[in-house]
Amino acid sequence: MRCWDPRIEEMPKDELSKLQYRLLKTLIYRMYSFSDFYHVRMKEAGVHPDDIRTLADIRLLPFMYKSDLRDNYPDRIFCASRDELVRYHVSSGTTGKPTVVGYTQKDLDLWTTSLARALTSCGLGRGDVIQVSYGYGLFTGGLGLHYGAERIGATVLPTSVGNTERQIELMQDLKATAIACTPSYLIHLGEAAERMGISIQKDTHLRSAIIGAEPWSETMRTRIYETMGVRAYDIYGTSEISGPMFSECSEQKGIHIWGDIAYPEVIDPKTGEQLEAGEPGELVMTVLQKEALPMIRYRIGDLTRIIDETCACGRTHPRIERISGRVDDMLIIRGINVFPSAVEHAILGISELSGHFMIEVDRKGSLDAMLVRVEVVPEALSDKINDLINIKRKVEHVLKNALNVAVSVELSEPGSLPRFEGKAKRVIDRRVF
Amino acid sequence: MQGEFIIKQISVFSENKPGRLAAIAEALEKSSVNIFAFSIAEANSFGVVRALVDKPDIARSVLEKLGFAVQFTDVIAVRMKDEPGGLYETAKILGEAGINIEYAYAYSGKEAAVLILRVSQAGEAIARISAAGGSLLRESDLG
Ligand SMILES: [Zn+2]
Repeated sequence: MRCWDPRIEEMPKDELSKLQYRLLKTLIYRMYSFSDFYHVRMKEAGVHPDDIRTLADIRLLPFMYKSDLRDNYPDRIFCASRDELVRYHVSSGTTGKPTVVGYTQKDLDLWTTSLARALTSCGLGRGDVIQVSYGYGLFTGGLGLHYGAERIGATVLPTSVGNTERQIELMQDLKATAIACTPSYLIHLGEAAERMGISIQKDTHLRSAIIGAEPWSETMRTRIYETMGVRAYDIYGTSEISGPMFSECSEQKGIHIWGDIAYPEVIDPKTGEQLEAGEPGELVMTVLQKEALPMIRYRIGDLTRIIDETCACGRTHPRIERISGRVDDMLIIRGINVFPSAVEHAILGISELSGHFMIEVDRKGSLDAMLVRVEVVPEALSDKINDLINIKRKVEHVLKNALNVAVSVELSEPGSLPRFEGKAKRVIDRRVF
Repeated sequence: MQGEFIIKQISVFSENKPGRLAAIAEALEKSSVNIFAFSIAEANSFGVVRALVDKPDIARSVLEKLGFAVQFTDVIAVRMKDEPGGLYETAKILGEAGINIEYAYAYSGKEAAVLILRVSQAGEAIARISAAGGSLLRESDLG
């Protein structure tokens, strides 16, 4: 099946906008009337539901933050009474209190529908055996994918996380065709299989992986395909908007955000101003039909850009690019927002460099100075100093174009820059504010 | 035979950090590698150290073990006449043949000053210089 719900997924863009406006308007009236929390927030921002006259007026609405959930722990900003709730999920905060998300039956249905569309768009359906190796429990990944996979008529193998050898045995015996898990678990599983003398490519039926909940890259996608013969699809979501909800389609050119379910915006994280489609910035999500815990202009803190063109798959709903980093990592250099992920992206495209880099920021007089140290691959080294100077200039040029701010570049000896396991700390900011 | 006049230079990429150059010299000395000729070309933050040594393969492996990026480069060595205009003459021969000198450095050899040349076409340069009566060194003549 090509589309789970072609009427919605291929809806003409103008019709989709009208539908989104209607849903937004309904949501805002409901929040203004029933949510003490958001009523106050709208009053403070000087916005009344009547001020929302077009879809673009969404930019008048105040933001919501993760701290709103924490500050109102556990359920003080819920918009449904306790007897309407059918489930809780809880995410453990790395700092302070956890956040609790409640779901009505309709919330669960929408979440499941969203995933049914997503999984169908990855080419999965009846006849597939989907091994759900996300954690089951308070985390949204396991149960979310479980119900999504059942909805499309696939057979679910609910292995949850852990006991990898048994997972591999079951994968073989029950002929799993797809797996849903984190990228790091997929790679771990591949390595474990290899140690057991099992080739995922030759000895199993696994052909697709729906992976997310952690940052990963195109390089990992290629590596997964080459070592396991598995096509990996990016899935996106966070518990505050329900859980994993959206994924790439078979084109693998961005994650479709179902417009009747959520309205994505990308803003400048510093000013809060909405940015044009195609410009990189902070993702802001409004979940249009959530009942128990509606999220309006929720600042997830992830960086991406919106792709507004209709996808080659025929779906009209907007897409977002793979998440390139976190807003917390953003640097402001001479008033310009600079994301380390953009530096990384630019550097990965230069064949003379190894891809490892460090960013150093200093203040020289009243000006910020940004230095990027890059590593030259041995093959690109030369005994001619001019060849090296040309590499340095090329990198400076590429970075200037990518970041819109001049940076100086220094070439480092191959292998000399720090390597990171897990989260990389590539920025040294020595400025004193 | 033109090949016998091609000399293996070691080229080492190095950041301009205190102690980096000393590390190269010390490592070679410890491994009993003799340095005949030595030159440094530098940009602001990095440079290339070029050296002619008696045991290039040992030099390379020693430096690579220390984490340096090392390459071999083909160069030629010309014995300079002990009279004014020697350098000009060599440059003129190569220039007329359309051969580009990428860089050059000199050292005082056993009998006469030696000019090390990195040129765009080493074989052609050897032929031209020999034909013009120039004197080229073999690897075994270094020192
Ligand atoms: Zn698509």
